[in-house]
Amino acid sequence: MTDSPQVRHHGSDMFEGYPVDTADTAGDKAVTNYTINFGPQHPAAHGVLRMVMELDGEIVERVDPHVGLLHRGTEKLIEYKTYLQALPYFDRLDYCSPLGMEHSYVLAIEKLLDLEVPERAQYLRVLFAELTRICNHMLNIGSHVMDVGAMTPNLWVFELREDCLNFFERASGARMHSAWFRPGGVHQDVPEKLLVDIGEWCETRLPKLFSDAMSLVIDNRIFKQRNVDIAAVSKEDALAWGFSGPMIRGSGIAWDLRKSQPYDAYAKMAFDIPVGTRGDCYDRFMVRVQEVYQSARIIKQCLRDMPNGPVASLDRKVSPPKRGEMKQSMESLIHHFKLYTEGFHVPAGEVYVATESPKGEFGVYLVSDGSNKPYRCKIRPTAFSHLQAMDMMAKGHMLSDATAIIGAIDVVFGECDR
Amino acid sequence: MASPAPLVAPRAGLAAELKKLLGKDMLAHVFAVEEDSITVARDAVDGVMVSLRDNLDYQQLMEIAGVDYPDRAERFEVVYHLLSVTRNHRLRVRVSTDEATPVPTIVPVWPNAGWLEREVFDMYGVLFAGNTDLRRILTDYGFQGHPQRKDFPLTGYTEMRYSEEDKRVIYEPVRLAQDFRSFDFLSPWEGADYVLPGDEKAGGTGEAPGKGAPTPMTAQQVKKADDEAAKKAPPPTPKTTEKPEQTGAGKKANKAAAKPSKDAAKAKAPAKPRAPRKPKGGDA
Repeated sequence: MTDSPQVRHHGSDMFEGYPVDTADTAGDKAVTNYTINFGPQHPAAHGVLRMVMELDGEIVERVDPHVGLLHRGTEKLIEYKTYLQALPYFDRLDYCSPLGMEHSYVLAIEKLLDLEVPERAQYLRVLFAELTRICNHMLNIGSHVMDVGAMTPNLWVFELREDCLNFFERASGARMHSAWFRPGGVHQDVPEKLLVDIGEWCETRLPKLFSDAMSLVIDNRIFKQRNVDIAAVSKEDALAWGFSGPMIRGSGIAWDLRKSQPYDAYAKMAFDIPVGTRGDCYDRFMVRVQEVYQSARIIKQCLRDMPNGPVASLDRKVSPPKRGEMKQSMESLIHHFKLYTEGFHVPAGEVYVATESPKGEFGVYLVSDGSNKPYRCKIRPTAFSHLQAMDMMAKGHMLSDATAIIGAIDVVFGECDR
Repeated sequence: MASPAPLVAPRAGLAAELKKLLGKDMLAHVFAVEEDSITVARDAVDGVMVSLRDNLDYQQLMEIAGVDYPDRAERFEVVYHLLSVTRNHRLRVRVSTDEATPVPTIVPVWPNAGWLEREVFDMYGVLFAGNTDLRRILTDYGFQGHPQRKDFPLTGYTEMRYSEEDKRVIYEPVRLAQDFRSFDFLSPWEGADYVLPGDEKAGGTGEAPGKGAPTPMTAQQVKKADDEAAKKAPPPTPKTTEKPEQTGAGKKANKAAAKPSKDAAKAKAPAKPRAPRKPKGGDA
């Protein structure tokens, strides 16, 4: 306020000299919704997810997830690479479960080629796909728990994840981006000691450490308060929104591609499909916990039944010869040269091959025009459908529940954005 | 099927059921590589999806993929992948369209079609009539063009970087340090229907492509052509370096340097042939 005589405030003369209380009383103020940005740099967003959230107080009214911040044009790049050169791109999709991504791609190529794969290779693929599942679930379970406030279990399960990565390194030379599954089999055979160590790990270290970590969480009151009845999805909704993997099983539908559409050696494996009863975040979490034990079961069966023999197809027009052969045989040398320059030609046609990746149905729609490069390679990411349902799931929940929901979706943006 | 790909049993009687259910909306039904795919009329796709979901139990929409065939009259294909969890079967539904003609949306049938249609729109520019939220989804805010089209270059048109001077992210036209190269590895003798790099002059024969290299000229033709060329322009003085001034070498600096060295005579003597090397490690 100024005391200058020139400035006269409208209405000010009425209360001149009297103190005026201008504060609103209850009911005077109309509370409007406001919008916040969740991400793109947020530790609980599991990557570069930007969510524009409309909030009424702390209640989420509307969520608009913006994806694509990690879009790298993988599908476009693949169209310019030979089939083999395109394979490492799949490691970089879901970088938490690289071998699960490769699996769909190599199976799609093999389906188009109608290529037989030796039995040992099929067992090795199943073995490492399950190891990948454990590796992926360790990351997801750990970070989900941490998102809702617990620190210790994450550190414990990361020990196990580290073990898995060491196994990958011993098999392929790379901890994450293995590029180990190849059309026709796997790249190299594994050392005998590695199989022994994996078997021992499944018997001792994995159940011990994992059940210890889970004993801290699954009956924990705070953890249950943050997850039970959060984002409950009915069976009908799960089907309509295209859910797959632990998300659809959490909603009570026993749908697992390893069981219903078995690929590689899965038809010979005995395992159970854990399902949830309420379809909430807690159920999805528990489905993953149970899947870890089932994966360990499959790994043990693989180790028990794995036959000896070649680990890649002997069709030299698709799978390269060993280096030792190349020293002796001119034909091997020519095959090797042709495969690593021109690559192999895939007969014209199209396939859609989906496998049960740790996060759900990961599909590859491959269109071939008969040349050595894919004409079109559409990748069906698991997270796309799940994240799209974020609005449906988060509506009416508190802002802090959003982190639990994202944690239970198990979203990785390398795969979602491609 | 020899390959270890996911095993899906063919659905018995599907062809008849589809024909009965869809009638003239179904343009084609193909069973290839163990997979069923149908082509349907573009304008009927929403109704077809409802009847596939409700009458043939395809409960889930797993994927919508766009494919670009620039040679076709309707260049885009929109490919829907449906899954039946009760019948354990997959079905592919195809619709073709072009840049301008919209495809009816199927968001009312499956809510997750929203983002999938947005992606096809973003990548190919296919329009979906009735989709109320047809924004770009994967590309950058303010991106122009549709990157998955076959005529969109792999490198794109713009590149972005953080500019230290402007203290912000700036967009610039793409500058390539090296030309973009794409090798197709087609054999020049089978199937390559274009002029190979370095072979441009041979392309003037007017021969139909794909018939192989042109017949080489006979020796007589070559000689005749050479003679005619020789008549027109006499060959220039051949370039030789016979004289010292042509090589750039001058006179010897002094007499001493001109003398042959004492060792020269020895050096000319034929060297003794070298004795074959004895194998190491004893005489065994």
